[in-house]
Amino acid sequence: MSTHAVDIHAHDDDHGHHHKETFVTKYIFSQDHKMIAKQYLITGTLMGIIGVLMSIMFRIQIAWPEEPNVLFEALLGKWAPGGVMDADIYLALVTIHGTIMVFFVLTAGLSGTFSNLLIPLQIGARDMASGFLNMVSYWLFFLSSIIMLISLFVEAGPAAAGWTIYPPLSALPMAQGGSGMGMTLWLISMAIFIASSLLGSLNYIVTVINMRTKGMSMTRLPLTIWAFFVTAIIGVVSFPVLFAAALLLIMDRSFGTSFFLSDIFIQGEVLHYQGGSPVLFEHLFWFLGHPEVYIVILPAMGLVSEIMASNARKPIFGYRAMVASILAIAFLSTIVWGHHMFVSGMNPFLGSVFTFTTLLIAIPSAVKAFNWITTLWKGNLQMNPAMLFSIGFVSTFITGGLTGIILGDSALDINVHDTYFVIAHFHLVMGISAIYGMFAGVYHWYPKMFGRMLNKNLGYIHFWVTAICAYGVFFPMHFIGMAGLPRRYYTNSAFPLFDDLADVNIVITIFAIIGGIVQIVYLYNFFSSMFMGAKAVQNPWRSTTLEWTTPVKHIHGNWPGAIPHVYRWSYDYSKPGHDDDFVPQNVPLKEGEEELQH
Amino acid sequence: MTALLTIIIVLFIAVAIWQMVKIFDLAQVSTDTSHSGIATDYDNKINGYLMMGFLVFIYAITIISFVKWGDLPLVSNAASEHGSEIDNLMLISMAVIFTVQIITQFLLHWFAFKYRGEKGKKALFFADNNTLEAIWTIIPVIVLAGLIIYGLFTWTSIMNVDEDADPMIVEIYGQQFNWTARYAGQDNVLGMANVRLIDIDKANVLGIDEADPNAQDDIVVKELHLVVGKPVLFEIRSQDVLHSVYMPHFRAQMNSVPGMITKFGFTPSITTKEMRETPDMIDKVNNINNIRAEKSKELMAKGEGALDPYEFHFLLLCNKICGKSHYNMQMNIIVETQEEYDAWIKEQKTFKESLK
Repeated sequence: MSTHAVDIHAHDDDHGHHHKETFVTKYIFSQDHKMIAKQYLITGTLMGIIGVLMSIMFRIQIAWPEEPNVLFEALLGKWAPGGVMDADIYLALVTIHGTIMVFFVLTAGLSGTFSNLLIPLQIGARDMASGFLNMVSYWLFFLSSIIMLISLFVEAGPAAAGWTIYPPLSALPMAQGGSGMGMTLWLISMAIFIASSLLGSLNYIVTVINMRTKGMSMTRLPLTIWAFFVTAIIGVVSFPVLFAAALLLIMDRSFGTSFFLSDIFIQGEVLHYQGGSPVLFEHLFWFLGHPEVYIVILPAMGLVSEIMASNARKPIFGYRAMVASILAIAFLSTIVWGHHMFVSGMNPFLGSVFTFTTLLIAIPSAVKAFNWITTLWKGNLQMNPAMLFSIGFVSTFITGGLTGIILGDSALDINVHDTYFVIAHFHLVMGISAIYGMFAGVYHWYPKMFGRMLNKNLGYIHFWVTAICAYGVFFPMHFIGMAGLPRRYYTNSAFPLFDDLADVNIVITIFAIIGGIVQIVYLYNFFSSMFMGAKAVQNPWRSTTLEWTTPVKHIHGNWPGAIPHVYRWSYDYSKPGHDDDFVPQNVPLKEGEEELQH
Repeated sequence: MTALLTIIIVLFIAVAIWQMVKIFDLAQVSTDTSHSGIATDYDNKINGYLMMGFLVFIYAITIISFVKWGDLPLVSNAASEHGSEIDNLMLISMAVIFTVQIITQFLLHWFAFKYRGEKGKKALFFADNNTLEAIWTIIPVIVLAGLIIYGLFTWTSIMNVDEDADPMIVEIYGQQFNWTARYAGQDNVLGMANVRLIDIDKANVLGIDEADPNAQDDIVVKELHLVVGKPVLFEIRSQDVLHSVYMPHFRAQMNSVPGMITKFGFTPSITTKEMRETPDMIDKVNNINNIRAEKSKELMAKGEGALDPYEFHFLLLCNKICGKSHYNMQMNIIVETQEEYDAWIKEQKTFKESLK
C-alpha cells in the first residue's frame, strides 16, 4: 500500500504523469477503475439498446400478429420474408432479449459500472485491489458481448430456447434451429461472461474487506458499498453453478453424455441418451438464476438508498435494518430457487419448503420499502432526475414485489406459472426497478464520471414518460396473465379463447413503443453531455460520501494528496448543530458532538 | 431507402430534442451555469405536483384495468373441485396485495409531494426508530404466516393424490407440437411404454409395450374426455422436449418431462355444456364472437375467408417453450356425464385393435 501511495503522489501536478499513459492504456486497456466503470456503462448501454429494440419488435408481433412491417424487413432480413416475422426468430428475439437484459445490461452494465466506480471512491482506496484483474474482467465481458452478438448472425439462427435454455430443447439442434451453432455460441459467451463476473466479484470483495481508509468501519460504509459487497458474494456463490450447468450442457450437446437427457424420440429416430434429467438442469440453472435477480436488484437498492438520502437531505432511515435486510435477502436468495419449479415434476414436498422460504423474502423487502418511504418523510426533497428515478424505483419495486406473494405461493403458482402474470411481475420488480436504479445512478454520478452535468430537463422528460410507459406496459399485463395467456407464444390467434385480449396487447405495445422511443432522449443527453454538458463542480449534490472529495478531473489514484480519513457514517444530512445540511464523512466530529449510535 | 428515412427521422428527433432543451433553458432564469443540472425550487415544485399526478395515474390505471379487463376470467369460475380453493386463496392474496399497494403508493407519492424541497428548509434528522422498525417487521410476519399456512394446506391437498378415490388413470403425451391422450381401459392400468418402442409403421406412436397385457385395452385418442365429479389422475410423458400440460380452467398445470412420468390429479366439477350456459361464459363468448365478426369483415374485404364463430371448449395448452409451433399446441377437453362418456369411449378403438 505505502509504495503505491508514494507512487501516486507523482500525479499531484496536473499534466505530469510518471508512467507514460498512451491512448491504449488510458482508454482501452485501462486499469483505472473509473475508466473501467465507464467502459462497462457504455458497453452495457449499447447492449441495452439492442435488447430494447428486440423487445419492441416482438411486442409489435404480439399486437399485430403476422402483419408485414418495414421494421422487421429492414432488421430481420431473411427471418422476416415479406416483412412478416418468422416464428423461430420470434423465440430467438425473446431469448436474446432476456439474456442481454438480465446479464449484459443489468448484471454487467449496472453492477459492473457502479461497483467499479464507487467501491474505491467511497471506501477511500486508490483503486481496486487488482487493477489488472479488473481490466481482464471488463475485456472478458466485452468478448462475451461480441460473441453473443455474433450468434445473432449464424445461419440457423440465434439461441431460441428461452433465456433459461432448458434442455432438451436447447440441447438438440433437430428440436429447434437455434439450438445448433446459435446455442453453442450462447453457451461460450455465457461461460466467458461468468469468468468475467467472478473476477469482478472477487475483486470487489477483496477491495471492500482490505482497502477501506482509516476510520471507515463496516458500519460507516454507505449502503451502496454494502449492496455491492453482498452482491459480489452472491455472485461468487451462485455463478459457478451456472458455469457447471453450461459445461454439462455442452458435454451433452457435443460429446454424447446424458446429464440432462433421457428417452428421446425426435424426427423419427430414438436418440441414445439415457438416465439424465432436465429437472437437474432446472435446479442448477435456478440455483444461479434466482440469486441472479438479487444480483441485479441489490446494487440498484444500494444506489437508490444513497441517492434518496442525499436528495432528501436526511439520513437513510434505519441504517442497521437496511444492512440486515440486505444480508437477509442475500441469504434467503440462495434457498428459494425451487419456486421456479413448482410444476416441474419435482416432489411436491419440496414445493412446500420453497414456498415457505420464498414468502419469507417479503419480510426484509417490506422493511426496505417502509424505510425508504420513511426516509422521505419530513425531508427536504431535491427533485433531481436521480431522485425521481429513485422514487420511481420504490414505486415499481412495491407494485412488482407484491405480486411475488402470489407467484411464490405454490398453490397459486400452478395456474399463473409461465403466463404473462409472471412477465409483468418480474419486469416490474427486477427489470424496470433495476433499470431505474441504473438511471438514477447515472444521473447522480455522471458528474463524477464525466466531469459534466446531465441536462436535468431532458432527465425530467425521460423520467416521466418512462414512468408512465412502464406502468402502461406492465400493469395491464397482469390481467392477460390471469386470463391464462401463456408467455412465449408467437401469436395468440391460434386460440379464439384469447381473442378478447387482443386490444390489451395493442395498448401494451403502444406504451412499449413510446417508452422505447423516449430512451432516445436519454441517449442523446448521455452522449451529448459528455462534450456539451455544463461543467460540474466538485460536489454538485452536496453529498457526504468520499467520492465527492476527489477532484473533478480524473487522476490515477483518485486523491491528489493523502487519502482522507473518515470520522462519521455517511448519512449526516441535516444534523442538528451544523450550519450546512450535510457533513462529509471526512469532517472530524466537533467537540462534544456524538456520533450517531446506529 | 428505409435506412435513409430512418436516419432523417433520427436527425429530426435530435433537432426536436435540442430545440426543446433550448426552450426549457430559456424558460429558466439561471445565472449560475455550473449549477444548471441541479434541481431548483421551481423544479421541486413542478415535480412534486407531478408525483401527485402520478399517484392518480397509478390508481386510474388500476381501476381501468379492473373495469376493462378484470372480469378475472380465472378467479371466479373454476371447473375443478380444488379450483375453488385456489380461487379463494387468490382472492385473499389479492385483497392483501391491493390494500398494501394502495397505502404504500399513497404514502410514497404523498411524501414526495408534501416534502418537496425549498431553499432554507431543513429536513428532520430522523435516523432510526426501533418501534417503527419492529412494527413493519412484525406486521408482514403475521400476514405472511397466515398466507403461508393457508397456501401450504391448499398446495398439499391439491398435490396429494388420493389413491383410495380410485381415480381414472389417463396418460397425457406431449410431442412437438401436439398432445395425445391414452385411457387405461377396463383394467384402469396403463400398459408399459417407452419411446424406444415407438413403431410408426405399426401406428404405435406412443411406444406402448405390445406384449404388456395391461396395454391391450388401452385407448389412444386425440381428444380428452373427462367425467364430471369423477377424479382423474394424469400421468404425463413427453417424447422429445419439455412441454407443460396447462389446463387453466381446471387450475391445473404440470410439466411433461422426457424420461420421467409426472402426475397431476383433479376432479372436474362442471360439464362443458353447463359451463357454456353460465352467464359469464355466454357474455365472454358473445364478446369474442363480436370481435371475430369484425375481423372477418376485414378479412373478407381483403378477399380471405371469414373466421369460424367461437364455441367454448375447455383447453389443454402447452405452457413450456417447446419450439417453433409452441404457440399452437392444444387439445380440446370435454367434460361430460358418465353416460355420455361411456358412449364415447365405447366407440374408440383399443390399442390392440388399432395396431396395424
